[in-house]
Amino acid sequence: MEHGSYQDQSQATFSLTDEDHTLANSLRFTLNQDPRVTFCGYSIPHPSDARVNIRVQTTGDPASEVLKDSCQDLMLICQHVRSTFDQAVVEFKNKNSLDAINIGP
Amino acid sequence: MGVDNSLRLGHFRDNFRVEVVRLTEDDMEFDMIGIDASLANAFRRILLAELPTMAIEKVLIANNTSVIQDEVLAHRLGLIPLKVDPRMFEYMSENDVPNEKNTIVFKLHSCCERGSSRIKVLSNELQWLPRGSELTVSTEKPAVDPTSRPRTYTSFNCSQDSLPEFSNNPIGPKHDDIIIAKLGPGQEIELEAHAVKGMGKTHAKWSPVATSWYRMLPEVVLLQEIEGEIAEELVKKCPVKVFDIEDIGKGRKRATVARPRSCTLCRECIRPDGKEKEKEQRIYWDKYVALRRVKDHFIFTIESTGALPPEMLFTEAVKILEDKCERVITELS
Repeated sequence: MEHGSYQDQSQATFSLTDEDHTLANSLRFTLNQDPRVTFCGYSIPHPSDARVNIRVQTTGDPASEVLKDSCQDLMLICQHVRSTFDQAVVEFKNKNSLDAINIGP
Repeated sequence: MGVDNSLRLGHFRDNFRVEVVRLTEDDMEFDMIGIDASLANAFRRILLAELPTMAIEKVLIANNTSVIQDEVLAHRLGLIPLKVDPRMFEYMSENDVPNEKNTIVFKLHSCCERGSSRIKVLSNELQWLPRGSELTVSTEKPAVDPTSRPRTYTSFNCSQDSLPEFSNNPIGPKHDDIIIAKLGPGQEIELEAHAVKGMGKTHAKWSPVATSWYRMLPEVVLLQEIEGEIAEELVKKCPVKVFDIEDIGKGRKRATVARPRSCTLCRECIRPDGKEKEKEQRIYWDKYVALRRVKDHFIFTIESTGALPPEMLFTEAVKILEDKCERVITELS
């Protein structure tokens, strides 16, 4: 849900339901990395409600576009983390099985 | 996406590293270098609360004459970790009928004979029923069709052990020696337990990790060259032996930081000397040693309860964060 103005699309507050610090803090981090963003932050109006308000103010681009780009960036970061992790696990397992063979009976 | 975004992503890709330190069947420790604290925390939160597992939820008690109350027994059964891949099953909502795709049924029937000593009911006595519930639903009106099978609490269309995943490895608790209850002579427990899929958010029994945590790598920096007697004193101060002595020729000794990773930040090395020394000889160590944490180096530890191996748990957690982003993108479009 986007709360903004039809005239000025560069500032908006996005209210996401069923979300908490997990996604909101990560999104805030990727939003801050974007040079088009002048201000971004998140708040949780009440801890019993699973709702997060993310405020984005940009240098002119529509805020929803910038948020979408940040989500895609976060997805790319996650994919890279996953592939690096899988590779590291495979390398570790290979190295250990090699060690086991080298140690011998 | 502008040029600037891709530059950042490239920078992340170049600097991000993962190093596995320890990997066993149930736990793992690995280092993530070059990632931000918000992402590391997001992974930790997802591992604890948003990865699904199977755990016993409904317990149908036919007979319980033990000292353990029904609800306490049901609570204990719920906390038993089950060795089953939750990705094989679907969630069950309120209106769903329990069937072979969303429920696992266990039976427990244990009694202690009169005259024998007390027995312990262990988790290996939980018997898996691949064909579903055996307890029949009692109705007031007599069965219209006497040849039809009586209605039970679940409606399995096929037996679960006909599925390839379960045909050779039966479903059961991860540990066989968990004490569920103790029975005295003449006491009996007869019950059926239904396990469903859930997330740690709803109840901690559905959390797939015993726990998972991260700490940032401690950084111990020597602000000045520490030689001779003072070096020996410093090495002796540290309870986990972070410092070491290095010989630099002509019999002179210097202190170096050998094992910063084992530092527990107890700050013993920067505590100024107290009454054990004379006032003139007291050293203020904080001008020799600085203690910090490296802001983007996380030492992650994951201890699995047994449903999935820890490396698969982390991969699933990252996938869940991707799914969350995808959901936001579709909501915005």
